[in-house]
Amino acid sequence: LSGPPPGFRIRVAGSDWEFPCGAEDSVLRAMERGGVRSIAIGCRGGGCGFCRVHVDAGDYRTGRMSVLHVDEGARSEGYALACRLYPLSDLVLSPARITGR
Amino acid sequence: MAITGVLRAGFVQIRVLDIEVALKHYVDRIGLDLVGREADGRVYLKGWDEFDRHSIILREADAPGMDVMGFKVAAAKDLDSFKRRISEAGVAVDEVSAGEQPGVGRRIGFTIPTGHRIELFAEIEQSRTAPPTANPDVWPEEPRGMRATRFDHILLYGPDIPAVTRFFTEILDFAVTERVDAPDATIAVWLSCATKAHDIAFVQHAEPKFHHVSFFLESWHDVGHAADLISRYDISLDVGPTRHGITRGQTIYFFDPSGNRNEVFSGGYIFYPDNPTRVWGVEQLGRGIFYYEKELNDRFLGVVT
Repeated sequence: LSGPPPGFRIRVAGSDWEFPCGAEDSVLRAMERGGVRSIAIGCRGGGCGFCRVHVDAGDYRTGRMSVLHVDEGARSEGYALACRLYPLSDLVLSPARITGR
Repeated sequence: MAITGVLRAGFVQIRVLDIEVALKHYVDRIGLDLVGREADGRVYLKGWDEFDRHSIILREADAPGMDVMGFKVAAAKDLDSFKRRISEAGVAVDEVSAGEQPGVGRRIGFTIPTGHRIELFAEIEQSRTAPPTANPDVWPEEPRGMRATRFDHILLYGPDIPAVTRFFTEILDFAVTERVDAPDATIAVWLSCATKAHDIAFVQHAEPKFHHVSFFLESWHDVGHAADLISRYDISLDVGPTRHGITRGQTIYFFDPSGNRNEVFSGGYIFYPDNPTRVWGVEQLGRGIFYYEKELNDRFLGVVT
């Protein structure tokens, strides 16, 4: 074993999708870089809600997100936008995009 | 003056999640000039080729999107005549005092059928960094970043395209340059108040939303330069470089750091008020929006703020 670890492991629940993500990378960016397309890619800026997910397991922090898509209540229940989601451990996610907004 | 009434797109106020991050994007990357920051938090910007004091206003908020777009009219008396015509159509008109935005005179405001707020104003100070007029150089200082010359237009999503079209044509004297017809209704419309292919456009949607704010570039080569900057600085790309069938603009779309869609474009045609409307069938919408790809994508259609 040598070299730095590739980052935390991000797994999408109910699928075989898994990709590495560094602590400074957003989960969505890491997913795009890894060629995975299991979460919808929208604005990548916390504004549109396309990449809304529920974090089923793991520790994380979030950046600024539109309250139209993740309000305080949803945030406390584990919802986040993947473009503003930064892992502090391995994570298990479920896509949770709300369509029709 | 041959153009009367509404002259042009004047300003748009956009909500951003983080004002400092937004400023880096709009000033360093798109190339707008910072005009001033006010005590209420609003930040005022302009394109290098604009004479008016400001055209883009950023406001930090907990959700991105558009607060208001303002059109400049030719004279103060136009504000009174438009106020009367809008009121007679049964739409409430409110007044915003001179100075509420620095350097801007009295405004009138109202809600259009799509649910968005639009304002009209007649007076705005000229910029201290306006393009020179005496034996002028081609620009006051060499343009930065994407070299955006001006705020050009916006596209909004909202309900009742026929009603908003009637509002703009019958009350504000705009012309329809292009439209997209589904078998049972018009679902998108491009509207001009002067000689641009569009000053504002609307696409059918259940709720009032903001699709994009657009900035004009001098050339197709500048669109390529913008694409280089988008990759170099890892700006969130939406689609392009490509070309529109509708308006014929050469274009690239990307997102600001809060998820508001931006466009920079060049080209397009000159429109005169006696020109006929170009009409697209909805089955040709892909070719109309993206002339080269000939198909739309979920992100361009679905991401709005």
